[in-house]
Amino acid sequence: MKFGVIRFPGSCDEVDAQLACQRAGEAVILWHGDHDLQGVDAVVVPGGFSYGDYLRVGAIARFAPVMEEVAEFAREGGIVLGICNGFQVLCEARLLPGALLPNTSLRFVFRQVKVEVVNAETPFTRACTDGQRLSIPVKHTTGRFYAPEHDLDRLESDGQVLLRYAPGHNPNGSLRDIAGVCNEGRNVFGLMPHPEHAVDPLTGSTDGGKIFESIRAHVADGVPV
Amino acid sequence: MRARVLVKPKAGILDPQGQAVERALPALGFTGVSNVHVGRLIELDVQDAAQLPEMCERLLTNPLIEDYQIVDVV
Repeated sequence: MKFGVIRFPGSCDEVDAQLACQRAGEAVILWHGDHDLQGVDAVVVPGGFSYGDYLRVGAIARFAPVMEEVAEFAREGGIVLGICNGFQVLCEARLLPGALLPNTSLRFVFRQVKVEVVNAETPFTRACTDGQRLSIPVKHTTGRFYAPEHDLDRLESDGQVLLRYAPGHNPNGSLRDIAGVCNEGRNVFGLMPHPEHAVDPLTGSTDGGKIFESIRAHVADGVPV
Repeated sequence: MRARVLVKPKAGILDPQGQAVERALPALGFTGVSNVHVGRLIELDVQDAAQLPEMCERLLTNPLIEDYQIVDVV
C-alpha cells in the first residue's frame, strides 16, 4: 500500500511520519500546494506548525490546495490520519468534530503518556485490543480537546472516541481525557500523541506502530469502511 | 473602509489565559477583578463590509469555540 504524508510550510514531523509509514508500506511526501494525492491509499496530515499556525492552529492550512483533495478523498471513504497539528487542521477543516484549545497549563508539554484504546474496531486501531494501553509521546501547546457536551455524549455513544489518556496521564486538560477521535464514517482519525515517534525501540516504545499497521491491514483487506 | 472584529472565547469554555491574567492582577495590588477573558482584535480594510460575517465564519473565527462581534466599520 502507499501512504502520502503532506508537507506544509511549517510542518516538522513529516519525515518521521514518512519513516513510520514505510515500516508498513510505501510512503511519499505530498506537497501542500498541489491538487494531487498521487494515488495514495491513505493520507497522513503530520505534526508541526503549518502556515505558522497564525490566527489559530490549523486555520490557514485547512485552505491549502492539497486539503481540497483530502476533503474529497475523505468524503469518498479514503483513510486520513491527522497527528497533532494534523489533528488540528482536520478539526478546522470540519473533517473531524471538536477543536483543540491551549493546554490548561498554558505550557508546552513534552512527555511520554499512556493512552487507552477505547474502540479497537476501526481502520486505525484494529491491530490493538479494547482497553490496551499504548505508550506514545505528546509534544504540544494546543492539545486540549473540546467539543460541546452533547457532542461529547454522541462521540462516546457512537464509538468515535478511539483513544483516551489513561488516568493521571491527561497532559492538556482534554475533556473526558480524549486523546483521539474519528469521524462518523470512521475513515478520518485525529490524535494529539505522536505514534510516528514511537515506532523504534531506540526511542523507548514501538506502540505507535500499531496505528500504521492497522491502516495497512485495513487497506490490504480492501474492505469498505 | 476600516473594520474591526472582536473575537472572544465562547462563554462556558475554560479560558486559562483569562484565568492567568485574573490571578496576576491582584499580585500587582489591583483588587475586585473577576471574569477576565482574553480575546483578539482583528482590524482590516475592506471594500465590501457585507462580506465581513462570512469572513468571520469561515476564517477569522472558529464558531465552535469563539464568538465574534463586528464592532465598527468606518
